[in-house]
Amino acid sequence: MKILVSVKRVIDYNVKVRVKSDNTDVDLANVKMALNPFCEIAVEEAVRLKEAGTASEVVVVSIGPKPCQEQIRTALALGADRGIQVETEEMPESLNVAKLLAKVIEEEQPGLVIMGKQAIDSDNNQTGQMLAALTDMPQGTFASEVKIDGDKVNVTREVDGGLQTVELNMPAIVTTDLRLNEPRYASLPNIMKAKRKPLDVKTPAELGVELKAHTKLLKVTPPAERQAGIKVASVDELVEKLKNEAKVL
Amino acid sequence: MAILIIAEHDNRTLKTATRNAVTAATQMGDELHLLVAGSNCKAVAVAASEIAGINRVLLSDDLAYEHQLAENMGKLVAEIGKDYSHIVVPATTSGKNFLPRVAALLDVAQISDITAVESENTFQRPIYAGNAIATVESLDAIKVISVRSTAFEPAGNGPSSEISELNISCDCKLSAFVEEVVAESDRPELTSAEIIISGGRGMGNGENFTLLEQVADKLGAAVGASRAAVDAGFVPNDMQVGQTGKIVAPELYIAVGISGAIQHLAGMKDSKVIVAINKDEEAPIFSVADYGLVADLFDVMPELQKQL
Ligand SMILES: Cc1cc2nc3c(=O)[nH]c(=O)nc-3n(C[C@H](O)[C@H](O)[C@H](O)COP(=O)(O)OP(=O)(O)OC[C@H]3O[C@@H](n4cnc5c(N)ncnc54)[C@H](O)[C@@H]3O)c2cc1C
Ligand SMILES: Nc1ncnc2c1ncn2[C@@H]1O[C@H](COP(=O)(O)O)[C@@H](O)[C@H]1O
Repeated sequence: MKILVSVKRVIDYNVKVRVKSDNTDVDLANVKMALNPFCEIAVEEAVRLKEAGTASEVVVVSIGPKPCQEQIRTALALGADRGIQVETEEMPESLNVAKLLAKVIEEEQPGLVIMGKQAIDSDNNQTGQMLAALTDMPQGTFASEVKIDGDKVNVTREVDGGLQTVELNMPAIVTTDLRLNEPRYASLPNIMKAKRKPLDVKTPAELGVELKAHTKLLKVTPPAERQAGIKVASVDELVEKLKNEAKVL
Repeated sequence: MAILIIAEHDNRTLKTATRNAVTAATQMGDELHLLVAGSNCKAVAVAASEIAGINRVLLSDDLAYEHQLAENMGKLVAEIGKDYSHIVVPATTSGKNFLPRVAALLDVAQISDITAVESENTFQRPIYAGNAIATVESLDAIKVISVRSTAFEPAGNGPSSEISELNISCDCKLSAFVEEVVAESDRPELTSAEIIISGGRGMGNGENFTLLEQVADKLGAAVGASRAAVDAGFVPNDMQVGQTGKIVAPELYIAVGISGAIQHLAGMKDSKVIVAINKDEEAPIFSVADYGLVADLFDVMPELQKQL
């Protein structure tokens, strides 16, 4: 079985982003970029399935401008076999990403698709579900456990009330949550090896997808700042302040 | 055209998050319909019909919707929703699960987690863990929107509206429900609690969370956690507050042994009053705290319990 993993290039999760002074967008100039953490978990899961003999090949795909090849290389260093970049001028919105991925699925015919539940830049949490609808596949979102059994996959999902398990017909789409696994670090020899692994570049036109704008970003502003508070010296003082000043007790 | 809101429920009770979504929807237009899709969920439809501002309740009672499976819900909502100007759901794990399918089936964008309505087609939403607020205009005929509950007051009750029963069964047979492990608790739900006390890695282990629970019981508070506390197995996943967990905004949030990473702050920094208890005076949590106490939590918590 082939597994397709889709990965996004995003700002490194340790970086606190700043808004541009003209309020057109956030400022990503000279900011450290990385593999979206949820996508890293997706790659790890696919690689483990290959190591367990369940999967035969792990193909990783990323959509965006040229630099997203770096994140494809990272995924290859973590153990994926081959990469596909769909080159676009800008990072497309989710529905367009899902349409491009649907075409890649048509060509690659994977048995399972693993994605992140959320990109930590857009915080959209929607691309996997959109892709599932476009390909008429079932979905196991926010996965904390994935168990393949013949032509079915059982996915345990992190939901508001606790954990829910669903059984999906394959091919299916799984989106990862934080507890699915702990991704490994790429070793230096594997980083070197990754440079020689195949990486195909395609265009939306080759895939027959027209990128249409569905939304327009009007402006980006900083959030309201919180007023700096005070330090209290003791539990007595804390309780007194909460009762008489903040009036929340 | 009217607005379709999808109710969040467990077939027995209507979840409060629905009411927050209704308030957001009232800012987009006047004619509001509320869909209750489930199985044996008549009681939910009755409760829904009493929400102020709702003109009509649509009830889709079918086994196919018992567990709100995304495949079936997505198809149903897209089928009904194609005649509406807006489709609005609370941004709960259930809403987040099926709504993007609706958007894709209708070939429109989804605008996730909105925190403000500027006009019928322009919305604000936090991006980058709440470190920026985007104002986004929808260019689609149908606007598919999930609503961050903490940004809108819950709608109250008003005159009851009519309930229309629908007969649309969408059973895609692509997926099946296996089981649910629901954390039972007598405490209020995190997302609607007035007071929350959360513990982080500093708690050391799961047993030590009883220190928080004892205080929570005195205050009628909910108990939350940081990702580190969940990852370490101290507490279950549904207690995680943050960018990728639950978003909360209580009257009072007490962070105990939590450093205050941006991903945690994203889930709680809109709380009215924030208290931080941490032994490291440099911890970033103090930058958002109204009242900070630099001390060892194992000294503070028993003392706090005594004083309440
Ligand atoms: C993709 C992604 C998503 C994430 N999503 C979330 C999310 O939704 N929610 C979330 O919370 N995190 C999230 N994180 C994790 C986040 O980056 C931090 O790692 C996490 O919040 C740290 O948890 P913590 O503050 O409990 O632990 P630490 O950062 O280890 O802090 C522990 C604190 O406890 C204090 N302490 C220790 N002992 C004591 C004591 N005896 N008395 C008083 N204080 C003490 C220490 O001084 C320290 O400040 C996410 C990370 C990633 C990469
Ligand atoms: N440009 C992209 N290229 C590849 N995968 C993407 C892209 N954007 C989103 N995804 C996938 O969709 C997931 C969820 O993203 P989002 O819906 O934007 O929060 C990510 O974790 C990726 O797996």
